[in-house]
Amino acid sequence: MLSIKNLKANVEGKEILKGIDLEIKVGEVHAIMGPNGSGKSTLANVLTGNQNYEVINGEILFDGKNLLDMDPETRAREGMFLAFQYPIEIPGISNATFLKTALNEIRKYKGEAELTPKEFLDKIKEKAKILGLDESLISRYVNVGFSGGEKKRNEIFQMLMLEPKFVLLDETDSGLDIDALRIVSDGVNIYKNSGNAFLVITHYQRLLNYIQPDFVHVLYNGKIIKSGGKELALELEEKGYDWIKSENTELEKV
Amino acid sequence: MAGKDFYIEKFKDIEKQLNGEKKTFFHQLRLNALNQLAGMNFPTQKNEEWKYTDVSPIVKENFVPSIKSKLPNVNTTTIHSLLFKNFDFHLLVFINGIYNAELSKINSLPEGVLVGSLANILKYNPEIIKQYLNKNSKISDAFDALNLSYSFDGTVVIIPDGIIVEAPIQILFLNSSAGEPALTTSKNLIVLGKNSQANIIANYRAESNEKYLNNTSTEIFVDEDSILNYYKIQNEKDDSFHIEKLFAEQKNRSVFNHYNFNFGGSIVRNDLNTVLNGENIETHYYGLYMVNGKQHIDNHTFVDHAKPNCMSNELYKGILDDSARGVFNGKIIVRPDAQKTNAYQQNKTILLSKTAAIDTKPQLEIFADDVKCSHGATVGHLDDASEFYIRSRGIPQELAKSMLIRAFANDVIETIKIEPFKEQINHLIFEHLHKIEIKNEE
Repeated sequence: MLSIKNLKANVEGKEILKGIDLEIKVGEVHAIMGPNGSGKSTLANVLTGNQNYEVINGEILFDGKNLLDMDPETRAREGMFLAFQYPIEIPGISNATFLKTALNEIRKYKGEAELTPKEFLDKIKEKAKILGLDESLISRYVNVGFSGGEKKRNEIFQMLMLEPKFVLLDETDSGLDIDALRIVSDGVNIYKNSGNAFLVITHYQRLLNYIQPDFVHVLYNGKIIKSGGKELALELEEKGYDWIKSENTELEKV
Repeated sequence: MAGKDFYIEKFKDIEKQLNGEKKTFFHQLRLNALNQLAGMNFPTQKNEEWKYTDVSPIVKENFVPSIKSKLPNVNTTTIHSLLFKNFDFHLLVFINGIYNAELSKINSLPEGVLVGSLANILKYNPEIIKQYLNKNSKISDAFDALNLSYSFDGTVVIIPDGIIVEAPIQILFLNSSAGEPALTTSKNLIVLGKNSQANIIANYRAESNEKYLNNTSTEIFVDEDSILNYYKIQNEKDDSFHIEKLFAEQKNRSVFNHYNFNFGGSIVRNDLNTVLNGENIETHYYGLYMVNGKQHIDNHTFVDHAKPNCMSNELYKGILDDSARGVFNGKIIVRPDAQKTNAYQQNKTILLSKTAAIDTKPQLEIFADDVKCSHGATVGHLDDASEFYIRSRGIPQELAKSMLIRAFANDVIETIKIEPFKEQINHLIFEHLHKIEIKNEE
């Protein structure tokens, strides 16, 4: 579904991603772990088309299409979704207005008819229920007055509404207490199926107890320096990142 | 002949046509103003109050006073299309500053409430006008003098003690094509007695094909325990000139909410002055200015804290596109007596283009020691991170920008107290800025 080849990217003129290769197939859940500053969020922003991140080399194919040719909205309509680490507040725009606009843009792109008001309302109610969200959320402004945890939950709610085929979770666990973490990961697990794929970006292993990855990659200094199964996450939790760093430095020496 | 000489000369012609009016107190006011006009010049940018606004395009034009000249015909369909709707209101219509009774519609009002035209009320009850008029307003520049010299009509709203006028009073000030550049002068007088309430919508519109000068003066008295919500919407043509000077005085425990929505003109200048002449007074200034093209908008606001225990809050926000220019000058005085004053002021401006600009200047003069005062001014652009967030949900860039404009204007729009009016103001914002409108789902 997603194929990244030798991706290099700059932020404010500084090279942050130094050659990423990654293959994600439909139905898979991948996790990217790494210490702060390793380039995790940069990867998420590059994948979703944030123009403050400059791609200087490489290729990304999304279902065979050249992702780097697309603007952020087109990527979203093609089925890419980022659950933001820091979701934005939009006063004056209700969740209903926001989601209906987004959903209809995506449907229009796919050649589907706009949802009727009833269809839209039914859908909102159904998805809100999964996450235990109060229906009054519909008329509230996007993320305004939400706690950190509520914002994260709202990201997952948007995911359920927009039904993307590829989901990036950027540090979705940060700032979440254990109950909120459970609700958010339940939402993800309910949505996860053989027709979509996930890339979970996290600093800690904890989230991966709830969202089980098929593959774990360690990102360090702009490169994936180790890949493995979910046991790699446990190993990282136990030993920290230092053992991989030193292993990597030795490799570079050789 | 140009500038003030033209207006002084023209006044003689008009005076000849006045029938028995010359002896009235009001005409003496006019003559006095005309005298002052003769002794002053229109302001230049050397004048500190006009530093950022060059009025020479106004001064070099001779605007023909609307009084005693032929007025354009306007039909009810046109009027209807320019009104704020979907709520009950009393309607006063002025064409080029002159009251039009046929197009107006004042519904039944509580006993003693006076709503109508200055010209009419001066005929049958000049005493009540005399009691209030010109108590606070003073002539400080040639525009004031010009306004008062040519003040023949305007809105009068006088509400006795203890009366609540529930339906808003909507005043349509329409400038229509007069065949030559017109001078529209209005003198408006709003008086709220003790413990009374009113909502007033001053709706300035234009369908004129010529330049014109709308030179307006408004005086407001808000007596003890009264509440006045005053909405000014200035939505005229790109090549029009609009100058308003407003003086308001508040007494104990009164609330005055002034809303100022500006959609610009060639030069628009609002001078807004309120003296808080009592205790436990609340004053709110809300402003939204949306300008583009070569429009120029200048808001000068003044809050005068004369007595203790009052609060004032000012929130002025602007969206400037193309080569538009903005000026914000927000003055607050806290006089020595005015202990325990809370006075806040904020001016925020968003620039949508590289060539738009604003000069913003807060001016706080505090002479009391036990007060809370703050001010802040920001000038910026629509936030990139927010735009990316919205687009990452599949929403196109233009719509994302519209959403951010709505988000920016939101805290002013939210304070509007007439519900259907909110979305109509919202609509005008997007219409004026040529952006896709964002409406919230019901």
